Amino acid sequence: MNVLKRETQPLKNSSDVVLARQKVRQWAIELHFSLVDQTKLVTAASELARNALDHGQGGAMSVEVVSNGSKNGLRLIFEDQGPGIPDIGLALKDGYTSGSGMGLGLGGSKRLVNEFDIQSEVGRGTTVTVIRWK
Amino acid sequence: MEKIPVLRMGPLLLITIQVDMHDKLALQLQDDVTHRITEHGSTGVLIDISSLEIVDSFIGRMLANIAAMSRVLGADTVVVGMQPAVAITLVELGMSLPGVRTALSVEAGMELLLGTVAEDANGTDNERSEA
Repeated sequence: MNVLKRETQPLKNSSDVVLARQKVRQWAIELHFSLVDQTKLVTAASELARNALDHGQGGAMSVEVVSNGSKNGLRLIFEDQGPGIPDIGLALKDGYTSGSGMGLGLGGSKRLVNEFDIQSEVGRGTTVTVIRWK
Repeated sequence: MEKIPVLRMGPLLLITIQVDMHDKLALQLQDDVTHRITEHGSTGVLIDISSLEIVDSFIGRMLANIAAMSRVLGADTVVVGMQPAVAITLVELGMSLPGVRTALSVEAGMELLLGTVAEDANGTDNERSEA
């Protein structure tokens, strides 16, 4: 997979979550995603950015335009150095929450994208990578 | 600090959310709405989200919280103006806003609230009163 363009947005406070949403929206528009697809991407970004902030004690989001040869897509990578997730399967279940949320963040954002990957190590942090293809 | 205005219109409170919501603003809004309900004895809360480009689980929870808090204080809440792309995304996210009544426009929401107030909440949820 080729990365055509890349930018990073720190996630240190709730204004950064707003900036992350705006960046994803801007790039999704540049890639000519439909309004519904833009909305799905921005919503997924919002969920994952907030996760990194609330549960991962902050981190960063990378936005990338990627190409697999036949089509382009937007890849978002959320990295934090937080406590990590002991049971990823459980964390992906709807309704599971470790905080005060509705427990839709991870499982819900998975449904809003085409590809979803999560790597987590207890004590080291969590990386969530999502792609939506054009 | 920026703030979301809460307007009083007779027995109703009207809130138009036009800014990109961040967390503090959302919490402040819950606080403001509940205080205004008790201050004015409002019986209905109308929240216009037509300017919102996304509703994520955080904003969804805030809307559900405002509806629940208002209900406890004796006021009904109607959320109006959701954009179609937002509705599609929200349902796919897994959140269909249970416990939050919705209407397409401010007018429809107002009819719903005033109708409900007049008819004393007799299951008029999805019907618009004949104007």
